[in-house]
Amino acid sequence: MNDLKLLKRWLLPMLLVSAAGAAAAAVQLSANAPDFTLRSVAGANLRLAEQRGQVVLVNFWATWCGPCRQEMPHLNRLYDKYRSAGFVLLGVNIDDDPRAAADLAAKLGLHFPVLLDTDKKVSRVYDMSAMPATLLIDRDGRVRHIHRGYRDGVEQTYEEQVRSLLKE
Amino acid sequence: MTTPVAAAPLCLAPGRRLPRLGAPPADRQSRIRGVRLALALLAAAAAVGCSTPEPWVKPYERERLADPIMRLNRDALAAKHSEHVRDIREASRGATGVQGGGCGCK
Amino acid sequence: MAASERLGRLVAALAGLLGGVFGSLVSAGAARAATLPEDRAEALVHVYEGGGVTASGPAVLVRKSLADKVSLTGSFYIDAVSNASIDVVTTASPYKERRNDYGLALDYAVRDSSITLAVGASNEPDYTTRSLSLDIAQETFGGMTTVNVGFTRAADEVGKTGDPGFSDQAKHWQYRVGVTQILTPTWLASVNLEGVSDTGYLGSPYRIALVYGAAVPERHPRTRSSRAIKFRAIGDLGSRDAVRAEYRYFWDTWDIKAHTAELGYSRYLGERFLADAFVRYYKQGAALFYSDNAQAETTYVSRNRQLSDFDNVVIGGKLSFDWKKQPGLYDLKANAGVELLNVKYKNFTDVRNGSLYSMRAAVLQLYLTATY
Repeated sequence: MNDLKLLKRWLLPMLLVSAAGAAAAAVQLSANAPDFTLRSVAGANLRLAEQRGQVVLVNFWATWCGPCRQEMPHLNRLYDKYRSAGFVLLGVNIDDDPRAAADLAAKLGLHFPVLLDTDKKVSRVYDMSAMPATLLIDRDGRVRHIHRGYRDGVEQTYEEQVRSLLKE
Repeated sequence: MTTPVAAAPLCLAPGRRLPRLGAPPADRQSRIRGVRLALALLAAAAAVGCSTPEPWVKPYERERLADPIMRLNRDALAAKHSEHVRDIREASRGATGVQGGGCGCK
Repeated sequence: MAASERLGRLVAALAGLLGGVFGSLVSAGAARAATLPEDRAEALVHVYEGGGVTASGPAVLVRKSLADKVSLTGSFYIDAVSNASIDVVTTASPYKERRNDYGLALDYAVRDSSITLAVGASNEPDYTTRSLSLDIAQETFGGMTTVNVGFTRAADEVGKTGDPGFSDQAKHWQYRVGVTQILTPTWLASVNLEGVSDTGYLGSPYRIALVYGAAVPERHPRTRSSRAIKFRAIGDLGSRDAVRAEYRYFWDTWDIKAHTAELGYSRYLGERFLADAFVRYYKQGAALFYSDNAQAETTYVSRNRQLSDFDNVVIGGKLSFDWKKQPGLYDLKANAGVELLNVKYKNFTDVRNGSLYSMRAAVLQLYLTATY
């Protein structure tokens, strides 16, 4: 039948394209977090897969992003509180100029490792649709929670989720 | 993944039936033409509305755009004053991007 | 069942599916939040001098966010005007007066929308204005597109110094809509459309018009409706500088058509300086009832040079100095801006010497801005 043939030729591919678009998100809940290795501000290389066995919070931030700077003191406090219980916080910075990241990290007195993703390779893999973006990864390396953006008070939610992941 | 009903686009709401393609035309030729037109319009609607491309400038690529030099209106008071000076001397008003509706004074 | 009916059902089912897919695409990114404007304080001293008019005064603005939910902005602006302009000296005597302008605004950010409610009041001895505005900015498409919708309502009380019997009103409505779009990691573009509607007393009780060489009080229509559309593009050029271009077209029911074109350039100089420069060309066509010296009796007549045929070329520059900075605490900047205006009237004559009038004016702005 002519009309159905036309339909198959044009509309189904479009449907598949949009369906593919929906499923293309690189990071899915309950899936393994894509591995990466980045240099930290301190100089050493840090690999995500080596943190298995610990609860990891990955936070993508930049010095030019207001909400990211607002969130930093809360993340710092969270790290200090739970680091001894097997909690790791990785701050992945995406500034074009790594010195700006190092300067701000020093001024804010951040205790957790600040990793430099200057060429945006890891950001592209994770493809977070907002800044800042926070992922909570459990001891088996699976992504359990994703937070996009920062709103006042969301650090309470981070703390609750970290505690429940630490208890597992 | 549940589909929130509230987020349905305006272009084609789920469940809304498309109208029938008019009264059955006299001959098969015009029927095929009618169907092709409907498909073309639908494909266009799908292309424009329902399968929009992904945002091509990712949040982590917006560093330059966040710089104050890229802001359209940096200093509110200075902009308000400049706009006021122009408002007094010129007859045109509007679409300036300066917040707050003028003073309406002579 | 006819083929077209079967097709219709199939298409409807597909449409539903596509709609669902699009819906989840949209919802996947829905957790973003719009941010409140930054906390800021500004203190300005402004001076305008030209065409026989001197206006100067201070202005202050303070903005503070409360509980990260709302942002409150308070501002006042004072204009001390000494008016000896051509209109004033040829028809009356120079005068001095003061205008006070106050504003209060509330910003509220919820999810991807930013809502601003603002009230304003402006007081002069013979003219008072009260205004109310609502502006909504909505981020869509992954934050790449921002849609702005706004509305302002203003009411004026018009009086006349020396004539307590004179009292009239004017009302204004403004509607605006705009879209700002991120084009590339270094280019932004925007389109803004604004319609303004006025009713009431829209002239000046002091101004006269000339009909057959004789002075008569001017007669303006009691309604006016205008539209303006503005296109803007701004781009980062890669070496710590940016360029911007704007074009606005204005038209109204008084038959005035105006074009505005502006080109601007900004550049960081060293670590602490930011310099801006711009050129603005403005060209306006006269109102239908405008006449330098009317040779016929018409319902409306005006010799208001603001409504005449003229060109205005403005060049300006600004320098910003990063004075004191404590990252995370405050950032204080000292700024100085200058604008030079050159207005040439095409059909407004200087009655003192009979030639076409032109004027030059200079604007000086000295101000401090602090973000904290």
